Amino acid sequence: MRELRTHLVTRWGTVRAVDGVSFALGEAETLGLVGESGSGKSMTCLSIVRLVPRPAARIVGGEVRVDGEDLLTKSEREMQRVRGRKVAMILQDPMSSLNPVFSVGMQICEPLGLYHGLRGGAAVSRAAELLRSVRIPSPETRLRAFPHQLSGGMRQRVVGAMAIAGPPRLLIADEPTTSLDLTIQAQYLALLKDLQSQHRFAMIFVTHNLGIVAHTCDRVAVMYAGRIVETGPVRRLFRTPAHPYTRALLGSIPRFGARRDTLTAIAGQPPDLATLPPGCAFAPRCPDVMPRCRAEAPPERAIDGEHTTRCWLHVPA
Amino acid sequence: MSVVALPETAAPALSETRRRRPPIIPVAIILVFVLVAVLAPWLSPSDPYEQSLRLRHRPPVWEERGSWAHPLGTDRLGRDLLSRIVYGARVSLAAGVVTVLLASAVGAAVGLVAGYYGGRVDATLMRVTDATLSFPIILLALILAVTVGPSFANVVLAIAVILWARYARVIRGQVLTIMQLDFIAQARIAGAGAWRVITRHLLPNTLNTLVVLVTLQIGYVIIVEASLSFLGAGIPPPTPAWGGMIAEGRDVVTSAWWVSLFPGLAILLVVLAFNLLGDWLRDTFDPRLRQL
Repeated sequence: MRELRTHLVTRWGTVRAVDGVSFALGEAETLGLVGESGSGKSMTCLSIVRLVPRPAARIVGGEVRVDGEDLLTKSEREMQRVRGRKVAMILQDPMSSLNPVFSVGMQICEPLGLYHGLRGGAAVSRAAELLRSVRIPSPETRLRAFPHQLSGGMRQRVVGAMAIAGPPRLLIADEPTTSLDLTIQAQYLALLKDLQSQHRFAMIFVTHNLGIVAHTCDRVAVMYAGRIVETGPVRRLFRTPAHPYTRALLGSIPRFGARRDTLTAIAGQPPDLATLPPGCAFAPRCPDVMPRCRAEAPPERAIDGEHTTRCWLHVPA
Repeated sequence: MSVVALPETAAPALSETRRRRPPIIPVAIILVFVLVAVLAPWLSPSDPYEQSLRLRHRPPVWEERGSWAHPLGTDRLGRDLLSRIVYGARVSLAAGVVTVLLASAVGAAVGLVAGYYGGRVDATLMRVTDATLSFPIILLALILAVTVGPSFANVVLAIAVILWARYARVIRGQVLTIMQLDFIAQARIAGAGAWRVITRHLLPNTLNTLVVLVTLQIGYVIIVEASLSFLGAGIPPPTPAWGGMIAEGRDVVTSAWWVSLFPGLAILLVVLAFNLLGDWLRDTFDPRLRQL
């Protein structure tokens, strides 16, 4: 993947769930997408594969390029060939992400038949191989297991195995570890990174856990109210957060050894996307708010190199 | 050292599910009737159509004038009641099974499509369903009987044309909940089209419900078929249908009670067996369906 540019304007009724989001991802690169609940992270991901919940949501503009092809202009039939083969996705809840009535083996064989025309014995041995590559012990036996016989971590691995069946050029992981316990989380993240270096797919990692971002992603995009308010390389963004919202996010993580009173909550509620103020969406909660913030939405400005933000603080007056 | 005794709270619930006995009696009754229906020519003591005016209204064998030639007596035309009940099992079971299969196939298809596509498709299909449900089956069958003439096919059609709507409703409801689950999204992200999602993911997950509904409704359809035959809008005479047989004995119920009673008992037994089996299946596989 040389270039993935995403620019989407989704309108959810009159709610702009994803409002002009742009980013590019290179091969084997990982982008962390962070933000509060309802900030548009999941909608961005669903827009990429064009599976936004219809009829309420609609992609009204922009372009999504994978390997130079614009996904938004493709027909539904062409899209079906893209999904899974080029862009795969791992969802949050391993408890419901497998079909309860079929064995694991049958479910892994399904995409194999779909993408590679594998049937019968060939499909089964490839499925076992996939399970082995996601580090499931004794894969041949597990193929016959049903989802309810597996633990959450195990199921999420199976979902991972299905996701790399393509193997895809882009893997979207929508909070894949939120419902796993901590030790399994770490294992799973390591597994994802390994798979990535093996198959060299780009990865979009959606989470609200900044610790995970720091440890798995190359770059971060912070979303607020359907927009990316700040983006940049992980280290630089974490060291010198430019946008007040990013600072607030970083300030609200408990740090080992830090004084107790330094843990700050972000005042106020996430905004109602249907009634956004005319200016910056974060203005009502912003500690550094200026009169200008309430009037006009700030443009995107580069701070240095790839580190950009949307905030009047960084626009010379 | 202290020992903590934990109260065994979960135990009774578990043992209750384990103790559930398979429904031997209903299954046995259904099996017997199915066998009787299949083997009717060999099991019935005499020809169900053979009339004999000399042997009219003979009582069952244990009554004074009864004989082993006609164990359950004879009807108005001297036909052997037992043979007619045996042959009637064919009509009732066939009507029940064929109708329900037809209705469930159509209903499930409508429900799956409505639930999967949602939006306008769903709204349209569900309004059609509602309209269908508000139409009385008996009335439709009477209209058909009057205009096209009563026949087995018309009975099946009349009932199926209304009955599918119930399946459509229930299945659509189930599909809506299944659609919320991640594995559907996961399948679509993996490139599965509508047909694949419906047949591989939605249908298998509604099968429990379908089986339960089908079983529960066979009994219901048998009753409806019997009612139609009783009203003369069902299976036309001389074909032995239980409902029609009850109707034939209606006028002589005080003197020749057996003519109506035995077909009635047959209906009662079969319907009861199907309902008990359906209840058992429902409680075992799909307790959420309690309200049906």
